Amino acid sequence: MSTTAATPAKPRLKTSAMIASFADPGQKTAPAPFGHALVKAAQENEKIVGLTADLGKYTDMHIFAQAYPERFFQMGMAEQLLFGAAAGMAQTGLVPFASTYSVFAARRAYDFLCLDAAEPNLNVNIVGGLPGLTTGYGPSHQATEDMAIFRGMPNLTIVDPCDSVDIEQAVPQLAASEGPTYLRLLRGNVPTVLDEYGYTFELGKAKVLRGGADVVFVSSGLMTMRALQAAKDLAAHNVDVAVVHTPTIKPFDAETVLAEVNTDRLVVTLENHTVIGGLFETVAAEVVKAGLGKRIVPVALPDEFLHAGALPTLHERYGLSVDRIIATVLGELEV
Amino acid sequence: MTLTTSIHSPETTESRRERVEAAAYRIRHYGLNMGEVQGQGYVGQALGAADMFAAVYADQLRHRPEDPEWEGRDRFLLSTGHYAIGHYAALAEAGIVPVEELDTYGSDDSRLPMSGMSTYTPGMEISGGSLGHGLTIAVGTALGLRYQGSEARVFNFLSDGELDEGSTWEAAMGASHHQLGNLTAMVDINALQADGKTDSVLRTEPVADKWAACGWFVQRVDGNDMGALLAAFDAAAAQAGPEGKPSVILCDTKVGRGVPLLENREKAHFMRIEEHEWQLCREQLTAGYEGETK
Ligand SMILES: Cc1ncc(C[n+]2csc(CCOP(=O)(O)OP(=O)(O)O)c2C)c(N)n1
Ligand SMILES: [Mg+2]
Repeated sequence: MSTTAATPAKPRLKTSAMIASFADPGQKTAPAPFGHALVKAAQENEKIVGLTADLGKYTDMHIFAQAYPERFFQMGMAEQLLFGAAAGMAQTGLVPFASTYSVFAARRAYDFLCLDAAEPNLNVNIVGGLPGLTTGYGPSHQATEDMAIFRGMPNLTIVDPCDSVDIEQAVPQLAASEGPTYLRLLRGNVPTVLDEYGYTFELGKAKVLRGGADVVFVSSGLMTMRALQAAKDLAAHNVDVAVVHTPTIKPFDAETVLAEVNTDRLVVTLENHTVIGGLFETVAAEVVKAGLGKRIVPVALPDEFLHAGALPTLHERYGLSVDRIIATVLGELEV
Repeated sequence: MTLTTSIHSPETTESRRERVEAAAYRIRHYGLNMGEVQGQGYVGQALGAADMFAAVYADQLRHRPEDPEWEGRDRFLLSTGHYAIGHYAALAEAGIVPVEELDTYGSDDSRLPMSGMSTYTPGMEISGGSLGHGLTIAVGTALGLRYQGSEARVFNFLSDGELDEGSTWEAAMGASHHQLGNLTAMVDINALQADGKTDSVLRTEPVADKWAACGWFVQRVDGNDMGALLAAFDAAAAQAGPEGKPSVILCDTKVGRGVPLLENREKAHFMRIEEHEWQLCREQLTAGYEGETK
């Protein structure tokens, strides 16, 4: 026998487990905000139904399934069926919310969402877990290009929420809006951040969360949380930073964003997504269309298949951590 | 251990079974050790499928451990990426990955990520993780090898959850249409998926009838009975050839097999195991194995 029963306890190494938390230690959080918001919306709108593709527990859809078992449909690990069936249910007047991971929504079942739901402009709401770099599991689960893929789909509304406040307020608005939507889900214990900024989520609107004389951050998703923290920390370097949060990526609130961009301040976009086809390019396109000759610095994931590893390691490696944001800004201001 | 010809001709059925069971025991042991590195994970799957991995790596596969990319090798494609823990254990057992390296499982900059990827690990033929891809790639591999005159066989490991995916059945029909007698699929039917029991997530039974209707040579065995597994692989090999029916071995397995503590735990796709339990698991595994072999 080449092994023996008595193996000494192993040192714990950093985990690359599928579901990693990106909440900072001690941060205020809310449990499963999407699941609870969907239950609440369903109390008011009896047409709302929930579907998943063997990922109910992993997308907070299980909260809805427990509250409304008869309004919940387990479709098996079959994402094409999930989207096709959601479209079929919408055809009958229901308002489906269908959850899977963002990679499978964007890559696996795109055609079914595009032609079955988006072309007829049906009220099908897609909920994608693990958007961008929110798992250390490797390229199969890291939806680094989901917004790039989805931005090209006509009629589709894309929402990239920052925190539990965004999610709670977005869900009823997604249900109420006509046409298909895609929500970049944050699940589990989700940080609560925006309550301190007198903020409300309005579908299709960007919001200025704080003003600042030297730098403008334009950010979406969990990167708004990082942007706010970096802005606070940069004050110690005598750098005054404004933060504009753009949770709706499409349709994009160019008016609000361009008003902030069109000044002498350094403009930095921050997104949990590849630098190709996401927030940076959305803002850049609007800037060019408006004829503004303005440089924009992107904080975004590189155009690469990312490594597997622990999430904090990877956020540091690929420039999404607060420290890396601060270094990027200070580096730019020295030029 | 270079297996270029059948190595079991001088062996009795009994000694062959014992040899492969010993490999399965070590694979289980490695699986527990790797699980402990993370403190949680796909340990139940590694234990449940250890006999399948052992049958492939200790008995079926023609390969060269020192040259994992040897052109003439049989191909083993792990479709079920999260079963990498079991596959790495088998690669260590086969001498392709050093046993000590298993301690890096799932850690930063390891060659052994939680989800199997060909770009990370020697002997890993494909990048799994998005389930339901493996059999489609296996069809192409089998077609490509046959077209180029190779006698190598292609083995594809998939899970019962992967039977939910339409792509698996596209591949099943494609394999039979192209008469891929050089292709053997093995399905781990552990009756478990992410959201719960397979029959509560999506009823896939009658599974054997479905494969048969797609034109496959179908066998269904207790996937934790090494004698039955080896007999099924022999029957699949006997009818393997460049042209003919592809083979599928449907393996009914038990999550956590070999460690009673985990066999009897509420079945979880991603199992959490307490710090003090790992040693107990190893002891139960060894006691069970020694009890059976004595
Ligand atoms: C295409 C795809 N959809 C969803 C997932 C998420 N997922 C990972 S494992 C799993 C369960 C699949 O069933 P099975 O492989 O039988 O699970 P196990 O026996 O390991 O519990 C799911 C839904 C995935 N990896 N790939
Ligand atoms: Mg299973």
